[in-house]
Amino acid sequence: MQIAYLFVCLLECSRTRPAEGAVEDGKVEEKKRNHPGSFVDDSPCQDKKCFELTLAQRGRSQAPLGSHIWERMKPTEMTQDGGGVPVGKRLRFQRPYASVPQFTNSPTMIVMVGLPARGKTYISKKLTRYLNWIGVTTKVFNVGQYRRDATRAYNSFEFFKPDNAEAMKIRKACAIAALKDVWEYFTSEQGQVVVFDATNTTPQRRELILSFAKENSYKVFFVESICDDPEIIAENIKQVKLSSPDYIDCDKDEAVADFLKRIECYKLTYVALDDNKDRNLSYIKIFNVGSRYLVNHVQDHIQSRIVYYLMNIHVTPRSIYLCRHGESELNLVGRIGGDSGLSARGAKFASALQTYVRKQSISELKVWTSHMKRTIQTAEALGVAYEQWKALNEIDAGVCEEMSYEEIQENYPEEFALRDQDKYRYRYPKGESYEDLVQRLEPVIMELERQENVLVICHQAVMRCLLAYFLDKSAVELPYLKCPLHTVLKLTPVAYGCKVESVFLNIEAVNTHRDKPENVDVDREPEEALETVPAHI
Amino acid sequence: MSDRAWPDNPPCPPSSVAVCMTNCPTLIVTVGLPARGKTYISKKLTRYLNWIGVPTREFNVGQYRRECVKIYKSFEFFRPDNEEGLEIRRQCASAALNDVRQYLAEGGGQVAVFDATNTTRERRETIIEFAEQNGLKVFFVESVCEDPDVIQENIVQVKLGSPDYTNCNTEEAVEDFMKRIKCYENSYQTLDEVLDRELSYIKIMDVGQRYLVNRVLDHIQSRIVYYLMNIHITPRSIYLCRHGESELNVKGRIGGDSGLTARGKEFAKKLAHFIRAQGISRLKVWTSQMKRTIQTAEALSVPYEQWKVLNEIDAGVCEEMMYEEIQDHYPLEFALRDQDKYRYRYPKGESYEDLVQRLEPVIMELERQENVLVICHQAVMRCLLAYFLDKTAEELPYLKCPLHTVLKLTPVAYGCKVESIGLNVDAVNTHREKPEVRTTTR
Repeated sequence: MQIAYLFVCLLECSRTRPAEGAVEDGKVEEKKRNHPGSFVDDSPCQDKKCFELTLAQRGRSQAPLGSHIWERMKPTEMTQDGGGVPVGKRLRFQRPYASVPQFTNSPTMIVMVGLPARGKTYISKKLTRYLNWIGVTTKVFNVGQYRRDATRAYNSFEFFKPDNAEAMKIRKACAIAALKDVWEYFTSEQGQVVVFDATNTTPQRRELILSFAKENSYKVFFVESICDDPEIIAENIKQVKLSSPDYIDCDKDEAVADFLKRIECYKLTYVALDDNKDRNLSYIKIFNVGSRYLVNHVQDHIQSRIVYYLMNIHVTPRSIYLCRHGESELNLVGRIGGDSGLSARGAKFASALQTYVRKQSISELKVWTSHMKRTIQTAEALGVAYEQWKALNEIDAGVCEEMSYEEIQENYPEEFALRDQDKYRYRYPKGESYEDLVQRLEPVIMELERQENVLVICHQAVMRCLLAYFLDKSAVELPYLKCPLHTVLKLTPVAYGCKVESVFLNIEAVNTHRDKPENVDVDREPEEALETVPAHI
Repeated sequence: MSDRAWPDNPPCPPSSVAVCMTNCPTLIVTVGLPARGKTYISKKLTRYLNWIGVPTREFNVGQYRRECVKIYKSFEFFRPDNEEGLEIRRQCASAALNDVRQYLAEGGGQVAVFDATNTTRERRETIIEFAEQNGLKVFFVESVCEDPDVIQENIVQVKLGSPDYTNCNTEEAVEDFMKRIKCYENSYQTLDEVLDRELSYIKIMDVGQRYLVNRVLDHIQSRIVYYLMNIHITPRSIYLCRHGESELNVKGRIGGDSGLTARGKEFAKKLAHFIRAQGISRLKVWTSQMKRTIQTAEALSVPYEQWKVLNEIDAGVCEEMMYEEIQDHYPLEFALRDQDKYRYRYPKGESYEDLVQRLEPVIMELERQENVLVICHQAVMRCLLAYFLDKTAEELPYLKCPLHTVLKLTPVAYGCKVESIGLNVDAVNTHREKPEVRTTTR
């Protein structure tokens, strides 16, 4: 049904929209004038640092308009803010209204709540790793660390007794120092999310944080971990407390006894988030390591993603095996991309992989591949059921598909150089960037978190992205992680991180790793561009 | 699925299935007093699951009751001491469960949504036993709400138009319905944190203000929880349109990344006027990362967000070709596409099925947001529209999404009202109907 358009009236369309969650209209102008904690900094940025900072920002890919030539931006042009969108999150090609999809418009503080040994630091670190990987700049502030720096030597649980006035003063001062650093991080380092890792077990302490956040227009999301299973708590203490700097000179039993007394100190004043009194706060309560959750008043996209992530992680022991397909025909001749089959040596690797997997005798192993021949052929040799994920396909090299590096240098020397300048964000013409890959792989990571033992047979760029997630590698390191053919990486979560075992299955293969060359200028000589290309037929 | 053997290698195994979402079928069971949004949630969830490729069907016990009792007299039918009424209701529940069993076992279903009040532990026990007997996983969705305004609004939106009240005036209907709710209240046993701690469920409180989630067992339950936690019922509108007419459009070529024609630019300007005239509060504008949508958005002079996942379907080797050229160079592919346009994947490109998977985060975010204008492309718009209007995989690739036309979608009752607004700027027609002859030898 067509409705003829009538030119009725022109409504004023406000050109500068206040950020979502910003204070009332009257205060918007004030907010823009470099108020501490203000997310919009409209002072012109004259120095190179600003540009570099933004380049290092892990925002989503931009679309250069008109061509796929990488933009060369002058720093001063980047700071005109037209739409209340933070400087670093806008796209770099001079369109003041354009931006990447916004997870959130205000800085967010995630505040942990819970008795000691409830997994707060585990959750803090894991969540931070995930958020940074998907491109949200996040940092953990652990108040216990501040306390250790302030008091030098830990004596005993007596420090934590609620009637120890002097200690209370120190602990409060540490919290405030940490909050000050949080402000610094949001203001000068353009951070987007902070995880405030401390017990925060009293309403007073939480009020302190809420006032601080309100003053600075930060959003607050609480994550409370409640656990009364003594086995889980004992396991926690064993895994992460015994090796803590606090207990360096103690024997195991002493340490455990002292720590349990420490927990008792907190229990005296612990007030959990209350369903009634705290109904206006945004929070998630995690019961007994995830068997139950209570979610209250989720405000925006990033909080929704955080809740989804927290509801999918678990602590059941398991291992994740990452490897590439066996050597392919195109690998042999030094060509990238394409969809070729395995070479003779690649087929040998597939059998060796089958032997290796059988020897590991992993219970209920899931096997995942991409939709490309070479991973499928590798999985076929295992003789077990496997699932194909299109999201695991190798990075799309667009116009450079199936070219050798020498051909890319010959046909697209400028593109080749631009890629070396910023391998993470560079997008092949009609292809993808590593940054795009990370976005496409996010559901894979989410499902890996849900699962237990999994073997992922994938590709070089894909494996780099997955590895960067598990090993907390930055966007700068990610594209240069070494993922050689015919090598299986076994990742086992342990304490706050991941143990990696690298197992080379003894079948020779070409090297496909190309390091960053010395000279990355667009006007470099071909030899300089090709100096790090690995040997091939 | 067409059998496309690769030239020199053995064909890919036929088990080319995306991630297996569920191993055994799932029975979602709603719980809650009347007018708490159970049917709204059931229908919406069913629509979402079907769209992402999980065959789902809802079974509304009230429907069975209407078929059995034919004429609804009054709330007295629901009185807890009405033995005859109770017997009929029990039978209806059984009949519905029987149909559930058939759908999941033989009908190709993976998820069944059992939509009824299920307010007593006894009734829920019956369902759990049924599920155990039939190898089904059970997931409860309870909606708890005490806000009289919300309940009133529910009644007005969906109860007054119900077949039960066709011959009543508004006041009579509301009064009767309130008494009906009362009948349930006394025997209502909400899911209990302690007594029901072994069950898998989500309790939605006050239309999404708060959620209690217990024992999520697998991937599909996790996705369901995520979805339910992102939907809301705040009134709003979603505007879908394509970019203005592009250079390649005029040449009859598909894909590519060309700019707007003069007419396309005119559309962009008219779109700006239209949007301003609508006077929408806090409108978000989304585009893809292709020139033509960006140029269209630029004319609006408001902030907009660029989503790579909103890019047009990748036609692989057929990018920037005309349909005549595709017929010339790839006649086999062209025919295969006409045989199954939803699942067909262009060589080195994508299928509509791939598109749906890539667009799922967009849908999730659209559910979270309020007023949004999405400037996208033909195939992408078809996928989004199919989600809102509950179109099947067969219909989806042939939905009409002409250039220079804005579709305004407003959620109402259990569905979506669509207004199609042509902005009076001429453009080529890019819609290709399913041809009569689709064999590969045509």
